[in-house]
Amino acid sequence: MSVDLKEMLIKPASSEETEGRQPRPSAAAWLSRYGAYLALALLVLFNLAFTPHFATMQTFSVNLAQICTIVIVGVGMTLVIATGGIDLSVGSLMAIAGAIAPGFFTGYYFPSAPPYLNIALSIAVPIAVAGLFGLFNGWLVAGFRIQPIIATLVLFIAGRGIAQVWTNGDLQVFKMPAFQAIALGHVLGVPLQIWIMLAVVILAAWVLRRTVFGRQVLAVGGNEAAARLSGVPVGRVKCLVYVASGLCSGVAGLIVIAMNSAADANLIGMGTELDAIAAVAVGGTLLSGGRATTTGTLVGALIIQLVRYTLLANGVPDSAALIAKAALIVIAVWLQRQERA
Amino acid sequence: MKRAHVSGAGIGVTLALLFLIIVGGWRYDGFLSSYNILTVLRYNSMFALVSLGMCFVIMTGGIDLSVGSVAAMTSVVSAYLSPYGLLPGLLGGVAAGLCAGALSGFIIVKLRILPFIATLAVMLAASGVGLLLADNQSVAVSYDSSFTSLGQGSLLESFQPDWVGGDNANWLGTALSLFFNFPTPAWLALVAYVVATVLLNWRPFGRHVLAVGGGEEASRLMGLPTDRTVFLVYLMSGGLAGLAGVILASQFGAGQPIEGVGWELFAIASVVVGGTLLSGGRGSVLATLAGVMLLGLIFTILNFENGMGWISLSAYWQSVIRGAFLLVVVMLQSKLARPITA
Repeated sequence: MSVDLKEMLIKPASSEETEGRQPRPSAAAWLSRYGAYLALALLVLFNLAFTPHFATMQTFSVNLAQICTIVIVGVGMTLVIATGGIDLSVGSLMAIAGAIAPGFFTGYYFPSAPPYLNIALSIAVPIAVAGLFGLFNGWLVAGFRIQPIIATLVLFIAGRGIAQVWTNGDLQVFKMPAFQAIALGHVLGVPLQIWIMLAVVILAAWVLRRTVFGRQVLAVGGNEAAARLSGVPVGRVKCLVYVASGLCSGVAGLIVIAMNSAADANLIGMGTELDAIAAVAVGGTLLSGGRATTTGTLVGALIIQLVRYTLLANGVPDSAALIAKAALIVIAVWLQRQERA
Repeated sequence: MKRAHVSGAGIGVTLALLFLIIVGGWRYDGFLSSYNILTVLRYNSMFALVSLGMCFVIMTGGIDLSVGSVAAMTSVVSAYLSPYGLLPGLLGGVAAGLCAGALSGFIIVKLRILPFIATLAVMLAASGVGLLLADNQSVAVSYDSSFTSLGQGSLLESFQPDWVGGDNANWLGTALSLFFNFPTPAWLALVAYVVATVLLNWRPFGRHVLAVGGGEEASRLMGLPTDRTVFLVYLMSGGLAGLAGVILASQFGAGQPIEGVGWELFAIASVVVGGTLLSGGRGSVLATLAGVMLLGLIFTILNFENGMGWISLSAYWQSVIRGAFLLVVVMLQSKLARPITA
C-alpha cells in the first residue's frame, strides 16, 4: 500500500521511458526528445547512400564493438546522472576489474582450484569489487554529502593507481578462450559483447520505467527536497546508482581485457568517463537530473561513433573527427536547453 | 563565520605543507638542497598556473575540464612559433589559450550550457586542433632562438655575483643562490599568483567572482555583470592554461599534442585540497598554491623514501596516496562545513 502511494505521489504524467517533464508541442521540444533518433536515422541513410560496404555484417559488428564498453558504462552513468550526480571514476574502476581478473583464470591466485571455478571467479569477483568501489562512491556522496564530482574524483585518481600497484604496472598477456568468450564468442552471428550491451541497456530501461526504484531515481534527480519529503529514501537511492555504475564499469573492464587478450592497468578505460558522459548527453538524458533514457544513451553512443566512422570512411583525419564530436555535444545539449527555456 | 572557515582550511593546508617539508628535510639528505627545491618548483609551476585558473573558475561555481588539452594544444602552437624567438612563442601560445577560453566562455554564457559539458566539448576540440596542427606527432622546438630559456632557464642567473653559492655557503649564501637561480617558469607562476591575489581581494572583479559563485541569480538581480565575470573567468583559465602549455613546450623541448591528460583533475584536486569549495562563492588563491605544492611534493617524497632503501614503493603509489589525501581533505571539509548548511 505504501509503495503504491509513493508511486502515485512521484509518478509523472507521461508514460514513456523519458520521464519527468511534460512534453510540449514545440519543434524544439520534439527535436530534443527524438532528435537523437532522427540524427541516427539520417546518419545511417547517408552512409547507405555514400559509404561503400556500409550495409555489411562486418561494419555492423565493428561499429557496435567500438561502442560496447562505452554504452555499458554509459548506462550506469545514465542512472547516476538521472539523480543529478556524475561518476568520474568509471574508467579507473574498469582498470581495477581488468587488472584483477587475469590472476583468477590463469590460476595465479588459486592454483589448485578447478579451471571452471577459476573462470567463474574471474568474472564474478572483479565485477563485485568494482561494485564495492561504487558503494564507496555512493557512501561519500550520500553519507558525507560530498559533491559527486569530487567524491568520484578520489577514485578517479586513486583507482588507476590501485590497479597499477596490483599488477605492478605490468602488461598481462593471456589466451583463455573460455573467459574471452564474453567478448569474442558469437551468438546468432553477433558477438556476445553486443548481446551483453543490449541486455544491460534493456535491463536498466526496465528498471527506470517499471520499478519503484526507477521512479525514485528520477524523483531524486527531479527535485531532491520534494523526493525526501514524499518519503523517498534519497541516501539509499543515491548509493545504489553508484553501485550500479561500479558494476557496469566492472563488466566493461572485463570485456576490454577479453577483447585485447591482455590487461594493461595503465590503459584500460582511459578516458571512458568522458565518452560515457558525452553519449549520455547526446542521447537526451537531462544532465541536471530528473529525466533519463538508457536507449537514448545507446543511440547517443551510436551517433558519436557513426559520425566518426562516416568522417574516417570519407578520408577525414581522426583529429578533425574529435572537433566534430565536440560540436555534436554542444548542439545536442543546446537543443535540450531550448526545450527547457 | 564563513570567512573564518575558509582561512581555517587555508591554514590547515599550509600547516600540512610545512609539516611535509620539515619531515622531508629532517629525514632525507638533499631534500632541502637548492637543486631539489628548484627542480620541484620548475616542474610544478605549470600545474600551479593551471590550478590558478581553475581556482577562479571554481569560485564562480563552474568547472573547466579543458585546461589539459588546451595546454597540449598551445604547446604545439608555441613550438611552431619558437624559431621566431621567445616572445612570438609565448604570445602565440597564450593567445591560442585565450581563444579556447573565450570559446568556453561563449558556450557557457551565450548558449547557457553547463560548464561541465561546455568545457568537455572544448577539451575535445582543443585536443583535435592540437593533433591536427601537429599531425599526430610531437613538434620539436627550436634551440636556436631563446625560446627554451623560458622553461629551462633562470631569469636572474646572469646577475648572480661570483661570491654567491659555492660549496660551503652559509644560509644567506644558499638563500641568495636560490634567489638568483629561481626558475623562470616559477617567476611567471609567482607573478600570476600575486596578481590574482590582488584581483581577488582588492579589485571589483574579485568581488564579482565570489558573488557570482555565491548566487548567480542574486548577483544578476543586484546588477552585477555576471555574464562578463563568468566569461572573463574562463578566458583567464584558458590564458593560464596557454601559458602552462608554452612552459611545457619550452621545458621539455617539444610541443606535445597528447600531453595534459588528467591535468584538469589534478588542478581540481589541488584547488579542493586548498580549501576552495566546489559550490563556489569562497576560495583562496594562496591556499591553492599550497595545495599544488602539497600534491606535487608527494611525488618527490616518494622518490626520496625509495632512495633510503627501507621500502620500495613503485611510482604507481603516487596516485593512490594523492587520492587518499584528497579523500581525507574532502571528508574533513564535509564535517567542517555541515553545521553551517544543515
